[in-house]
Amino acid sequence: MPIRSSVAFVDDQAILSIDPFVVKLQSAIPAVQSSVSHLYQAHDFFDPKAEIFVDFHIRIDPVGGLRRFLRPQVQFKFDGKTPFKPLPYSQAFPFFEWGLNWCIANHHFRHLLLHAAVVEQNGQAIILPGQPGAGKSTLCAALVGRGWRLLSDEMAMIDLISTELIPIVRPVSLKNESIPIIKEFVPDVVMGESFHDTAKGTVSHMKPPVTSVQNATQRTKGAWVVFPQFRQETRLSVETISKAAAVLDLAKNAFNFNVLGASGFEALCDVVENCDCFRLEYSQLEEAVGYFANLAK
Amino acid sequence: MMRDAPLPIIALLRNPGSAEKLSLSDWDLLVRQARRAGLLARLDVLLKNQGVAIPCQAANHFMSAQIYATQFAVSLHWEIRLIKQALNSVAVKPVFLKGCSYAIAKNRAALGRVFSDVDILVDREALAATEQALSAAGWMPAAELDDYDQKYYREWMHEIPPLQNYRRGTAVDVHHNILPLTSRHCPASKKLLEHSVEINGEWLLSDIDRVIHSAAHLFHEGEFDAGLRDLSDLDLLLKEFSIQPHFWRNLIQRANELKQTVPLYYALRYTRLILHTPVPDEVFAVEEARSCGKLKLKLMDALFLRGLMPDHESCNDRWTGLARWVLFVRSHWLKMPFYLLVVHLSRKAYKRVIGKDQH
Repeated sequence: MPIRSSVAFVDDQAILSIDPFVVKLQSAIPAVQSSVSHLYQAHDFFDPKAEIFVDFHIRIDPVGGLRRFLRPQVQFKFDGKTPFKPLPYSQAFPFFEWGLNWCIANHHFRHLLLHAAVVEQNGQAIILPGQPGAGKSTLCAALVGRGWRLLSDEMAMIDLISTELIPIVRPVSLKNESIPIIKEFVPDVVMGESFHDTAKGTVSHMKPPVTSVQNATQRTKGAWVVFPQFRQETRLSVETISKAAAVLDLAKNAFNFNVLGASGFEALCDVVENCDCFRLEYSQLEEAVGYFANLAK
Repeated sequence: MMRDAPLPIIALLRNPGSAEKLSLSDWDLLVRQARRAGLLARLDVLLKNQGVAIPCQAANHFMSAQIYATQFAVSLHWEIRLIKQALNSVAVKPVFLKGCSYAIAKNRAALGRVFSDVDILVDREALAATEQALSAAGWMPAAELDDYDQKYYREWMHEIPPLQNYRRGTAVDVHHNILPLTSRHCPASKKLLEHSVEINGEWLLSDIDRVIHSAAHLFHEGEFDAGLRDLSDLDLLLKEFSIQPHFWRNLIQRANELKQTVPLYYALRYTRLILHTPVPDEVFAVEEARSCGKLKLKLMDALFLRGLMPDHESCNDRWTGLARWVLFVRSHWLKMPFYLLVVHLSRKAYKRVIGKDQH
């Protein structure tokens, strides 16, 4: 095993172990360094000089030119290429998070990747697929705050043969009203800085629990596929959906379904075969989390 | 000039067995260079054929590229079928070109090759019918073009404006020649069509013409994002076909007929220099004697030995940027006569100034 580094950044470089990936991040931007050091504190960092294989070489750099005096911007670089337009300087850290999602979704085809949060308790995982605004990340953060193990709040990574869920533990990205709601619901939550006026509104990240990070190589099996829908002033309601419908809905939420072809379809069917599938409408987190606690008993 | 120790990716393309000696950081660099060059999936096959053990971290990336390439091949064959079906109605037999033709003929150059457009060649007379039939089947002009752009394509180029399927987003480039009509070395496309062959149910350029087209394309190119991949295509095609009787003699003779002796010479020179392709000395000597002067060749080496490397920071030296720029200008120079070039580039510059250039 390469040497663990005691500090995150050495010479503006950090090598993060985000199982199952190793990411090299180069950035001289103080906000990037402080957010990474804070939110990935429970992760391993390797010595940048170590003899190591890096999956994704990422840089977050300020954009030069005259514009930097008027409207400073940052650029995301994946091994020297710039797949995105620059963003305002203040969004440098969320840019890293979004960019890393893009790197994984566009280059990792060994596993089926669904756009979904995954949490686990007693060896049983909930897959929460995410239509924007449905409240998957909020529900995920609330469950993690109440003791569920975090696998991911962004992508369910599924082994094509064993159909196990593979953790990729990273900060949970919360948006707008979810941020104060989670702070209230999970009083001892550790949150990062708030980033305002992003394409998704205000964004802030919840630091993943140490135990989730420590168990990041421990795979698990799905037990429930739950399509959450946050709706104000509503009582909790649960509606079972057919497995066929769940497969189709999940396929729409997949990052790489078209690339995997038949093997992706078969893995998805196998996962759903072993899960109870339903839609869950909720307005009160307490009620929703209580419902899942009952399920897991 | 080329470094004393070749880049990891070059060393592996020459001899996949040399991977046994790589350290973990070498594998890291190799994956980055190969990804940039579009050669990950191809290297995966070459390494497996040699029985090389890839460290598991690097293997993930090779495997991912392989999965992508495999799925790409499936959709490519489906696309080929639909294009052929569309053109059946107007009795046009398209000749599939480049990557598509390697895939149909199952050439080694099809290994792990991923690309964006399907290229077909039809008789110029059949162009209107082809365009109409494809459009009826859902392939529409990919972008709205003004009168000048239409004229650019239809009078000067060797292809009509790119077509894109409105449902699948897949693109078809319909060619009536392999080089722009305004190019000094534009061959007679009748000669290419006359020699076309039916392989696995589709029409393709003959083996030798496929090599010549690959060379003509690469050495008239201005952007070399896939330069090393294309050079590797040539390497694989030459190795595959050179076991045919009289291959080299026929190749040289055919290049003469098609006015492609210069690109063929470059193809032989740079596959030999960069990838150590076994081009027989006597063949190479004949070609070399006919080539340009020593000084020009030195310049071309300086350009191509840089331009054909992956566009990755680890492959660049201080002259790489300049070399790529000169190669870009050169490609325009080869595309059209001087007076046309001046008109064309002035217009492009004007469009850029008024902010309407989309290219």
